[in-house]
Amino acid sequence: MVHTFNIKDKYMALDVNSGCVHVLDELCYDIIRFLEENSALPTDENLCRVTDSLTKYESEDIKEAYEEINALYKEGVLFSEDEYANIAANMKKHSPVKAMCLHISHDCNLRCKYCFADEGAYHQRRELMSAETGCRAIDFLIEKSGSRKNLEVDFFGGEPLMNFEAVKAVVEYAREQEKLHDKNFRFTLTTNGVLLNDENIEYMNKEMSNVVLSLDGTKETNDRVRVKVDGSGSYESIVPKLLKVAESRNQDSYYVRGTFTRYNLNFADDVLHLADLGFEQTSVEPVVCDGTPDYALREEDLPVLFEEYEKLAEEYVKRRKDGRWFNFFHFMIDLEQGPCVIKRLSGCGAGCEYLAVAPNGDIYPCHQFVGNEEYKMGNLSDGTINQDIRSVFEGCNVYTKPDCRDCFAKFYCSGGCMANACLINGDINKPHKISCELERKRVECSLWARAMEAEEK
Amino acid sequence: MKRIKTLNTATLKKSAGGCGECQTSCTVANQK
Repeated sequence: MVHTFNIKDKYMALDVNSGCVHVLDELCYDIIRFLEENSALPTDENLCRVTDSLTKYESEDIKEAYEEINALYKEGVLFSEDEYANIAANMKKHSPVKAMCLHISHDCNLRCKYCFADEGAYHQRRELMSAETGCRAIDFLIEKSGSRKNLEVDFFGGEPLMNFEAVKAVVEYAREQEKLHDKNFRFTLTTNGVLLNDENIEYMNKEMSNVVLSLDGTKETNDRVRVKVDGSGSYESIVPKLLKVAESRNQDSYYVRGTFTRYNLNFADDVLHLADLGFEQTSVEPVVCDGTPDYALREEDLPVLFEEYEKLAEEYVKRRKDGRWFNFFHFMIDLEQGPCVIKRLSGCGAGCEYLAVAPNGDIYPCHQFVGNEEYKMGNLSDGTINQDIRSVFEGCNVYTKPDCRDCFAKFYCSGGCMANACLINGDINKPHKISCELERKRVECSLWARAMEAEEK
Repeated sequence: MKRIKTLNTATLKKSAGGCGECQTSCTVANQK
């Protein structure tokens, strides 16, 4: 499978099965498109078909371009075969648990309008996780982790800093246990920034390998949706604190993380505003919600959003070159390494490698399933995981999802978010269409950005 | 005349991986 695309008059081809990215002239672009549309390979026999069809070009030029395409085909970097379906079918089952999301707080001091967590409470009562439950989760993770050395625990909510003493107790306990069991814990924490102060910033810089800081963009964008309990905006009070975190971490190992909605379809301006504020690590993502609230993205919005991604990609390349360097999470495709095929096939690991624990010890496939009783997998008190639910998630990969099998982006998104698929389509194997469209556009834009940067070298 | 510039090597086939020690937005492309 070869995916061809054209952004700002740069003709490109992604050879899906080898991962090779090619920059083409217009003639090669047209030849490859013709072959792909006709399910044909660039063999000697097909040259006549191409010449007969692409009448606007001289036959000598076509022959020359075709030879180059044919050489890359023989090298296995263009029109390469899909060798991964068998790997997907035979992937190891019952892999150890290696990551856990601890819902340390089911309470929040903001009332963000789009919050999937029901403003922190997850459709349950507002509750904080006890340090005892948190430590039991650490024991559970170690017990289920098999030979995995690197273990991850994310403190999530709600707002984790509303239960900071429990965070510290769990970290202290895990640090003791990792020595006894030859493990390496990596902690992460997501915060809205309201309760940040010198003490907890210093602590996070010591113990958290990554911190996610929530902010949506400009004051107007942010304060329309990220509001305090009294309905007032949060921008003015949190921006100085978030900047302090970014600077104290030397602009590394954090992301300022925003959500865009139908209220700000011009989200590129919000990303660039975050960069202008002084945040070098940014990530702004589309809202996903069920029903039809007025902030929900619609299919009719896609053309505008595609333009925004292109605008952002252009500015991204420009700024990284002219001394105003910043990072955008979804443009960070690593063409020379990146994750292995196994990882790309299986995705985030929800329900098998990655689990979430609610304040009462209930276990779910991931943080977005918390509170959904249909997907409750057990409780820390009984120490077991529902194997039927686990098997369903373990059996999911890009080849089990009909919408993914023939998608050029399947090795970049790994089948998308199963929680969103469940939320929107009621089926973890049926990805959310708008998310897919946006992911495909992000992949194209990030490959284009890589091509532009390669050209500069 | 070279009409095609290839930006990278065929990393996918080489990695066809699986040690599980990597870090667990569920985009994985930005995750030896």
